[in-house]
Amino acid sequence: MILASLVEQLNLTVRCCGERLDQNVTGGYVGDLLSDVIAHSDRGNVWITRQSHHNIVAVAELKEHAGIIVVLGRNPEDETVRRAEEVGIPILTTELSGFEVAGKLYEFLHR
Amino acid sequence: MGYTAEYENSFPIEGGNFDEAGVVSLRVKSILKELGFPGDIQRRAAIATYESELNIISYARSGHVRLRVGPHQIRIDAEDQGPGIEDIELAMKDGYSTASDRIREMGFGAGMGLSNIKRCSDTFEITSERDKGAHLKMLIDTQ
Amino acid sequence: MKLSRLVEILEGTVITGENHLDTEVNTAFSADLMSDVLAFAKPKSLILTGLTNPQVVRTASILDSAAIVIVRGKIPPAETVKLAKELNIPIVSTKYILFETSGRLYVNGMVGCVQKIGDS
Repeated sequence: MILASLVEQLNLTVRCCGERLDQNVTGGYVGDLLSDVIAHSDRGNVWITRQSHHNIVAVAELKEHAGIIVVLGRNPEDETVRRAEEVGIPILTTELSGFEVAGKLYEFLHR
Repeated sequence: MGYTAEYENSFPIEGGNFDEAGVVSLRVKSILKELGFPGDIQRRAAIATYESELNIISYARSGHVRLRVGPHQIRIDAEDQGPGIEDIELAMKDGYSTASDRIREMGFGAGMGLSNIKRCSDTFEITSERDKGAHLKMLIDTQ
Repeated sequence: MKLSRLVEILEGTVITGENHLDTEVNTAFSADLMSDVLAFAKPKSLILTGLTNPQVVRTASILDSAAIVIVRGKIPPAETVKLAKELNIPIVSTKYILFETSGRLYVNGMVGCVQKIGDS
């Protein structure tokens, strides 16, 4: 599934790196504990989280995530968006919960 | 305050003792349940107490939570001995946190605590004195 | 769905709460952050999490949650299990990650608890 398609289907707000939505999504990873995300997530995953501080960009970059979806209306810090722009990681936001985003993405990937 | 407390008790909290986090809130919840308050009131009081408890454990040397139940109101005071809250307005912002990595790895420190308390209380006041401590006052109307 | 059905879907292990397997669970909240659970999880909802400390059990008790599902194959320590037994909170463990766990439940009709049951 292409990230742009997910953005459209879930009506996600694109905070940065709109030109990088052409990536293929290999799966999803839901988590808020950075060490866990680093240990277990995969390249090409969309990372679904409530964390919004700038550390998340380094993690996503390290793990080569397709993008980060910050859920439940959390607004990423300006510094987070700035760093994401620098490294080309799309930051997407939504009012939906992590469960709902994960559920829908899972459904799309398993059709 | 102008009302006669039907119940009053104070619960000490040890700074840094994460193992005990939530013990006081559960007691508060069970006391309110015994006093006959509905589930919603029990939960709100317990959530507000829990977040206060976590703040004391995370940031202070020591503190206590005091529960007072009167005919029209539940009052919860959380007072601690510690650094105090540097910037209350900033601390109230969702997502703002001064938590250490260790605290975050336990699942705490998301920066929602004060905002959760505010959401659960009908009245919420914070006072703080630098290098002395903080005092959170939470009121839940029960009429 | 009944908790017993959830255990099947997640190929889970019942850590505690064998006598609660008939409990109906219809909403779920996924998170690793305690404050988020406190802020958003509604009563009678499932908590899906990677956290295994006793505080999760206390959080679940405060919120009157239906059960806790611990993901990523983690087994909670003895003190967590003991507390869950005392407070009567079922714990199910699954090998699946939080994403897969959420997904499997979602496609089987579980809804997020910030959403009302019955909404499309």
